[in-house]
Amino acid sequence: MAKNTSGGAQRAVAPVEFRILQAGDQAMSVEFGTTVDERINRLAQAFDRRLSAAAIEGVLEAVPTYRAVLVLYDPLRIRAADLRKRLAKLVPARLEEEVAARRWTIPVAYGGAHGIDLDAVAARHGLGAADVVALHAGAEYRVYMIGFAPGFAYLGGLPERLHTPRLESPRLAVPAGSVAIGGVQAAIMSVEIPSGWHMLGRTPEKLFDPRRSAPFLLAAGDRVRFDPVSPEDYARLEARVAQGEVVARLEAAP
Amino acid sequence: MSVHLRCVNPGALATVQDAGRMGYQRYGVPPSGAVDLFTFHIANALVGNDPDEAAIEFTLTGGSWTVEGGACRVAVAGAFPVALNGTTLPAFRALDLAPGDLLKIGVGAGAARGYLAVAGGFAIEPVLGSRATHVRSGLGGLDGKALAKGARLALRAPEVSDPPLALDPRLARHDPGALRVVPGPQDDYFDAAALHAFVAQPWRMHPQSDRMGLRLEGRPLQHKSGFNIVSDGIAPGSIQVPGNGLPIVLLADRQSTGGYPKIATVVSADLPRLGQLRPGDTVRFEAITVEAAETLAREAAGRMNLLRAALRPAGIV
Repeated sequence: MAKNTSGGAQRAVAPVEFRILQAGDQAMSVEFGTTVDERINRLAQAFDRRLSAAAIEGVLEAVPTYRAVLVLYDPLRIRAADLRKRLAKLVPARLEEEVAARRWTIPVAYGGAHGIDLDAVAARHGLGAADVVALHAGAEYRVYMIGFAPGFAYLGGLPERLHTPRLESPRLAVPAGSVAIGGVQAAIMSVEIPSGWHMLGRTPEKLFDPRRSAPFLLAAGDRVRFDPVSPEDYARLEARVAQGEVVARLEAAP
Repeated sequence: MSVHLRCVNPGALATVQDAGRMGYQRYGVPPSGAVDLFTFHIANALVGNDPDEAAIEFTLTGGSWTVEGGACRVAVAGAFPVALNGTTLPAFRALDLAPGDLLKIGVGAGAARGYLAVAGGFAIEPVLGSRATHVRSGLGGLDGKALAKGARLALRAPEVSDPPLALDPRLARHDPGALRVVPGPQDDYFDAAALHAFVAQPWRMHPQSDRMGLRLEGRPLQHKSGFNIVSDGIAPGSIQVPGNGLPIVLLADRQSTGGYPKIATVVSADLPRLGQLRPGDTVRFEAITVEAAETLAREAAGRMNLLRAALRPAGIV
């Protein structure tokens, strides 16, 4: 485990620990921890931004995840030993102030056919369905990573009252747009997938549409809030989405 | 009238593939692309295309194809028998097809995947910068789907003037030795005995393998302490070991992230060989350093350049 303690500030700030793990001769993983943790995720995303700005010759793409950044490169253009040194230098000395993030407000129809598990989740926690909606829609979430399927967003920031173990047996298919919770996490399903998460609602917005000029709505590090809408509003918004419109609201960075 | 290649019979699985959809793994999009990039590049070289031009990847058997609306030049790369209107021809040579000609590609002799390239490529709009098909998410290729009987692929620039080329098939053979791997990134989830068992035993390819992953059967590997990790990115050739201890080598259609420990990663020079394994085939792994893998990568690039130089005008059909 390397420690990056350069950087001057003498306050009691935990040094940034990281490991660079070789993943074959075309990739290495810069790892900041092994758990789901906001600080670790912020470090991974800060490193991802620095890596992108550094534009290292031979680096092809990077995949930021919960706790690490996978760096894919061309071994004919840069050697592992050189890349390793350059990546180590890009690790931030400490957890920096965050850059202004994109803030999204995403419409969601909760409960009923749109969220078949809302009532069961409420009953499990001794809450009313309206309390679950208020808790879920009252929180701000951080996009920890996009993975598993095109545009699938893993969100951190689920209120503790709503932490719910996953279903014993996953459903074979849940529809695209499902707004779900599982364990300590929340997610928005971008495509139809099998899932053991609890479906609280559904958004008419498309997280992934290859026909749009910006095919992916969300990126790692974005913030997300949910705006409860009626089933009638859902239908109207869905019709606009079908015309290629983006109905989620994006707040300009402050 | 534009020229089309028509699928008379797609064989077991035929998809349009190029070198892969790069740059979108951070958005959860699998790279896809040809599983055996080495043989794919030869197919394109035989018809004078850019190395990464989209071609048809077929599986176990090559099916039959015909051309409509004009002539075109095609080439089959891979150890598969080829017949033009019933006349047997060697693979690894370009052929000029006239309208109505029937190109039949048989069952591979020890090969799992072959490539059918057309001179000038297919007139298919790239999706997210690539024509590669990812069937599971419906991206790329022809409407995001595997090619079905009757599928028609428009050709972009079928006119050719140079004589057709051929390659001595012996030059296109894959190295038969152990598959070289670099240990990690999660080899610390296994003790010395499991790491030894991984390289000491032969592994048999399970029939439930696909473009996403190659499932292996053998003596299960024991994890040292659990088999769940917090999901991280997956490199090409990554070998994950889920709870049952049986390794899965992740291929072109792999998910961008995953939550099982990855014991080792197949080196870039040996990745194309994974595309030629067939159910029941056995493989062994050999651990090498990343520096040794880099030497192999340079040798593989050099070999491809030698192959291009070895292309010769094909004889008269």
